[in-house]
Amino acid sequence: MSAAREQLLGRIRSALADRPRPAPVARDYRIAGTARADVDRFVERVEDYRAHVHRNVTVDAVLATRNLRRVVVPDGFPETWWPTVPAVREPVDVRTLDEVSAVVTTCVLAIAETGTIVLDHGPGMGARALTLVPDYHLVVLRADQVVATVPDAIAALDPTRPLTWISGPSATSDIELNRVEGVHGPRTLDVLLLS
Amino acid sequence: MTFLGMPAGSGHLHGERGFPAAARDALDDVQLRRNLGRATSTIRAKRAAVVGEVDDWAQLRAAGAAIKDDVLAHLDRYLLQLEERVTAHGGTVHWARDADEANRIVLGLVQATGEREVVKVKSMATQEIRLNEALEAAGITAIETDLAELIVQLGHDEPSHILVPAIHRNRSEIREIFRREMPGVDPDLTDEPRALAEAARRHLRAKFLSAQVAISGANFAVAETGTLGVVESEGNGRMCLTLPRTLITVMGIEKVVPTWRDLEVFLQLLPRSSTGERMNPYTSTWTGAVEGQRFHLVLLDNGRTATLADPAGRAALRCIRCSACLNVCPVYERTGGHAYGSVYPGPIGAVLSPQLTGVKENPTLPYASTLCGACYDVCPVAIDIPTMLVHLRGRVTESKGRTPERAVMAAAAWTMRDSGRWTRALRAARLGRWLRRRRALPPPLSAWTAARELPEPPEQTFRDWWGQR
Repeated sequence: MSAAREQLLGRIRSALADRPRPAPVARDYRIAGTARADVDRFVERVEDYRAHVHRNVTVDAVLATRNLRRVVVPDGFPETWWPTVPAVREPVDVRTLDEVSAVVTTCVLAIAETGTIVLDHGPGMGARALTLVPDYHLVVLRADQVVATVPDAIAALDPTRPLTWISGPSATSDIELNRVEGVHGPRTLDVLLLS
Repeated sequence: MTFLGMPAGSGHLHGERGFPAAARDALDDVQLRRNLGRATSTIRAKRAAVVGEVDDWAQLRAAGAAIKDDVLAHLDRYLLQLEERVTAHGGTVHWARDADEANRIVLGLVQATGEREVVKVKSMATQEIRLNEALEAAGITAIETDLAELIVQLGHDEPSHILVPAIHRNRSEIREIFRREMPGVDPDLTDEPRALAEAARRHLRAKFLSAQVAISGANFAVAETGTLGVVESEGNGRMCLTLPRTLITVMGIEKVVPTWRDLEVFLQLLPRSSTGERMNPYTSTWTGAVEGQRFHLVLLDNGRTATLADPAGRAALRCIRCSACLNVCPVYERTGGHAYGSVYPGPIGAVLSPQLTGVKENPTLPYASTLCGACYDVCPVAIDIPTMLVHLRGRVTESKGRTPERAVMAAAAWTMRDSGRWTRALRAARLGRWLRRRRALPPPLSAWTAARELPEPPEQTFRDWWGQR
């Protein structure tokens, strides 16, 4: 196995015998910190992807619009936002997630320009399966968590955490390149935005 | 052996027939042309709209190209750094010189788990090395979970597009495949895309919830942090990356990027170029072994170092597999992907496949283009595909040695060097007027007229006309 490694590295070095000197990377695109985070733009863009945004109501009120009577709530979810419907607590196995089929979490940030929500699976967000197996996902987002652009998000995120970037519900374009929402991930994504 | 003696890649990289013969069959398939025409025009419009709204697209594109060129110039260093970081975070890194070696490594890892079934996220690298066939030969079933890959797998078909491998199928063909091949499917299944997606969800749900081993590709790997990333839409990727106890990722060595920050460029370029969305529904990144999983990373050469060795061809390794070049290509739109015989079709396939295999294995692909340049315009990492095609045509000609075409060109050069010889030759060409009712020349010159109109020589040459004035 290490013979393969040495040989492969040797091939790379001989392939680069001409010692290419590429031009330096010019970062003259819009880098982090150069654009204003626009919450209304986030709402418009996330709704473009058929997610539903509710502003300044309770978690219960959003769950009621979906007739949900039970929901998975990860450890570390803020007490003040805790729903009054029965909560299923961690640890929760995959079968239970499939059966309860609804989850409410926080997120680490959101990107206005692309309508993206990012989870780093820390407190309030749960292990990755929690927001994947249930068919319904409600994300609670504070307005001050919205950043402007992808570079702003990259600058703020910790790459050593597992990250899940979510832009609308699960979708496919595999049939005649027409977008259809709802394949394997949650088919319904609601966002509760608190200012 | 190929460029500068580097070993060539093998696997699903060339067809049994050359492009012209395979393309002729595809051109006769009216249904195929209709399916492709509709799908590519839809995606072209979506891409143009979301690229148009980014003011700094040109700067992002230049940065993407420059980052990839830096990767290629220091590929050994970045791979070692990646290995060190992945290992530090509890993963295991394997090195595979070619397709067979990669397949053996993956098979051994799967066998070590004792499992007989694996779930797969769509991956070009594993299609390239024909991993599914290698696993099947050892009695292990690989289940494709991307909707388009599932359609291809259930239809006993081959992929024909980088992003949407079943682009050559329309909704009613997909319904027929599902009705025929999917166990327990509703016999009244309609051809509504929503109903078809729902059928796939039901079919795969139980597999996801019980799978113990997953195999994925990777869109990028960050050397500085050891972070890997998969960009997807359906959630099948998240299912495979998250639920199984063992995750095996097979990745071409050129997919490494130097820093975490570099993703701020590629996560803007890729989704807009690929599916024509501001952002794809799901992107997952992970560093080493996560949440108690076992993680293996297999780094694949399979002709990539041979490609790297050609200074005029190595930029093909910048490719981020977005497929924008396929969607704008007038040749791809008419022939579809199967005609290229490689898992990498379209303009990028025409430059990448012959370099991975060596031009002798793929001598017709560099000609599978009109050199119109649309592919270069849309490429998010600015690969100058037309110039590279011309370069590769030169390599094909060199590799062939003495050919009739070469003899004719040498004779033409000799004739044109002397004005007397040239005048006499032009006059003599008038004798060719007897050919005017024929559309083609006799062999071996028929190869020239198979794809070109035979020009009719004029009654009087320009030089004679000028001389008479």
